[in-house]
Amino acid sequence: MLGEKKMSKTKVKEITIPDKLMGYTQVRLDVNLTDGTITESTIPKEYCRDWIGGYGFGAKVLWDELKPGIDPLSPDNIFVWAIGPFPTTLLPTSSKYGVFAKSPLTGFFGMSISSGSIAAQARRAGVNLIVIKGKSPTPVYLVIDDDERYLKECGDLWGKSCWETEEIIKNEFNDQRIAVMEIGPAGERMSRIACITNDRNRQAGRTGMGAVMGSKNLKAIVFRGTKGVKVAHPVEFYKKAKKLNKVAVGPATSKYRDLGTPAGLTSYNKLGMMPTFNHREGTWEKIDEGPITPEELNEKWVAKKCACTGCPIACDHLARVPKTHPDYPGIVSSVDIELVYSYGTGTGCYDWPTIFKCIQISDNLGIDGISGGVTAQMACELYDLGIITKEELGYELPFGSTKNLVRFVKEMALGEGFAGKIFGDGTKMAGIRLEEMGKKNASFYGMNIKGLELPAFDLHGMSSFAVGESVSIRGACHLRNGAYGLDAKGTFDRFGYDKPLERGKAIIKLEDTYSIIDSFIICKFTRGIYEGNAELAEVYELVTGIPMTEEYLMKRAEAITTLSKCFNIREGATRKDDHPPPKYFKEAHTKGPAKGVTLKEDGFQKLLTGYYKARGWDEDTGIPTDEKLKELELDFVIDEMNKARANKK
Amino acid sequence: MSASKKFHRFIFVDPNLCTGCEICEAVCSFVHDGEFNPLNTRIHRVRIEPIVNIALSCQKCEDAPCIRACMENAIEKDEEGSIIIDKDKCTGCGFCVRACPFGVITIHLDSRIAIACDLCENMKEEFIDPEVGKKEPQCIIFCPKEAISLKNVEQIGEETRIDAVKRLLAEQLD
Repeated sequence: MLGEKKMSKTKVKEITIPDKLMGYTQVRLDVNLTDGTITESTIPKEYCRDWIGGYGFGAKVLWDELKPGIDPLSPDNIFVWAIGPFPTTLLPTSSKYGVFAKSPLTGFFGMSISSGSIAAQARRAGVNLIVIKGKSPTPVYLVIDDDERYLKECGDLWGKSCWETEEIIKNEFNDQRIAVMEIGPAGERMSRIACITNDRNRQAGRTGMGAVMGSKNLKAIVFRGTKGVKVAHPVEFYKKAKKLNKVAVGPATSKYRDLGTPAGLTSYNKLGMMPTFNHREGTWEKIDEGPITPEELNEKWVAKKCACTGCPIACDHLARVPKTHPDYPGIVSSVDIELVYSYGTGTGCYDWPTIFKCIQISDNLGIDGISGGVTAQMACELYDLGIITKEELGYELPFGSTKNLVRFVKEMALGEGFAGKIFGDGTKMAGIRLEEMGKKNASFYGMNIKGLELPAFDLHGMSSFAVGESVSIRGACHLRNGAYGLDAKGTFDRFGYDKPLERGKAIIKLEDTYSIIDSFIICKFTRGIYEGNAELAEVYELVTGIPMTEEYLMKRAEAITTLSKCFNIREGATRKDDHPPPKYFKEAHTKGPAKGVTLKEDGFQKLLTGYYKARGWDEDTGIPTDEKLKELELDFVIDEMNKARANKK
Repeated sequence: MSASKKFHRFIFVDPNLCTGCEICEAVCSFVHDGEFNPLNTRIHRVRIEPIVNIALSCQKCEDAPCIRACMENAIEKDEEGSIIIDKDKCTGCGFCVRACPFGVITIHLDSRIAIACDLCENMKEEFIDPEVGKKEPQCIIFCPKEAISLKNVEQIGEETRIDAVKRLLAEQLD
């Protein structure tokens, strides 16, 4: 039983699986859009135990089934949808799903995770994993209505915005709680920064997963489930869920509940880590003095805080513009710090309704709010430097724009005008296109890593997170490892480059926990409510019935992270791809705590080597060693890694 | 007011606090059936986009339309005013569902018998908190925002009056 198991440290090989798994349905659906067939198969129990769900499932399917080197926007790409064993249960924040494909934005491992009601409905409908291949001859949407699974012609739905799509489908099914995840016009036109929206304000935003749906002529996936969900150890689980739900409304999550993530505006601004003006600076007087403060946002604009299915925190801060506003009367937008950064501090805009409007356009027309905003920041800086002009854009776009920023964002989402044509696929493509036009050095102002636009951290004075973001599998990202905490909390010298191995180990510890969180899938805002990873193993066992130990779970986390790294290597990624944007090395802040500081190339490389070394990957190439791959039971990737090594030579 | 004349208490949800998280629904189905299924809940979350959230449960109407609607005489009230459904008599016809002005009596998806909030009187024994030692409404215990409480119409009226006076006479209260 549970108590006994915890006392002995279970070895990897000793994890036995009960006859019947709970939590998992083990149902995999294969949807062939080219010929319209849908087949069901059973996911083996060992596969569930070893790849857990979500991220793990995505990494394994993409490694096993995606042909290397394909065009991510061609029918050869594979769109994977996955959940873990927890949705619909009382495990806090467990209604989360992940989507995975080769990213059209980065060319590497693409993944994005969203919340809302999708995973809970899907779990009750009985699906664990959906693998979508090919391309539909006409626009369709996929319906998972309990055991009825079918493709439906889109008709007039194609061309509709995200919110319209949700409303039309809900009315069509005469069910206001049916769950719909859809793409907007941006996804339809295969914008490389297209997102997937569900429940209006929840997005699988990053790495262009909406473009992959669009490339397959897949407008939406609809989920409705009516089957009850049992867990392996109901009484113990109920007790545990009660405890976790209580802790989840305690100090560990107060930031997310009260001021919301925008609380970080103040704290990161004080540290010179809050990117402003396309990462030229890390501080801003509009944050010190207002109006861009978390307090002003909450007191003046937030009308309601909402929750996703099964979430006790309710971080969703809905801001409402009064009906009397001349430009954006009555709009309601879901605001978090990333979007206040991307459309606000990064573009120098300090007009709240403008920021809300930009968020609304992103969510509704279907572009990732972070990538969209950072692309707008790039445009503002290029305009400021005279690299792009009013004549080209059709309007002015200095830092601090309001109406013109909204115009730019709309054109970018819809692919219209100069803004759409040049900037409609994110910063990397914008740089390439502008340089092709003879505008030298334009790419320098695109703040991305591996092509994915940076989240709300300015890396000038963040030497640990410079590594953390650079090694992130999907490109610049704060959600693959929370290594920003190492800089913010002063765990290491954030302006220096000492202790490379220790830093590497610290990043890995965070990263592996995040890989479990992304495989379960639960929300990272609950990462502080567990008594370490052992409790994550415990809830896994209570729900699934698979005896689980922290040791085994963390070994699987390492395997999942390493496998997705191997995916990137198979797609041609090298050490050079694990690198922050050049701006951080060349242009320093002119004020604030990181004034005069730039990242140092040799220092950064030293820390990167430390990370590779701590991972058991080759110190020069970052390719996992045979020894490590065998230890992680990833023998099946060794041939491909040997090929990559040979190419290197 | 004598005890015998007290209004019955029912599940009251404050829409200002409710975030629409559906945790009450999950708890309700689980403690009654041992499985999670928001379709078999006795408390129902309603969200009207973009910002309205509330959960509704049996209001314990004095002259309950569900009782009047039941042709099988399968519904009656207990001393607490809770709706009691006679499983042997209920045919699952759904007329009570049509009669309820709040939509809070529903038909259980598996048993096909009407269900309504019983203040957890019929929750499974194994889920009783040993420290409490008795049955109590589990949605109230779980609600993360303390949006759910047990109130009667008189308490609700009193609270509303106090709120109104606080607004009306704000100056005097400063």
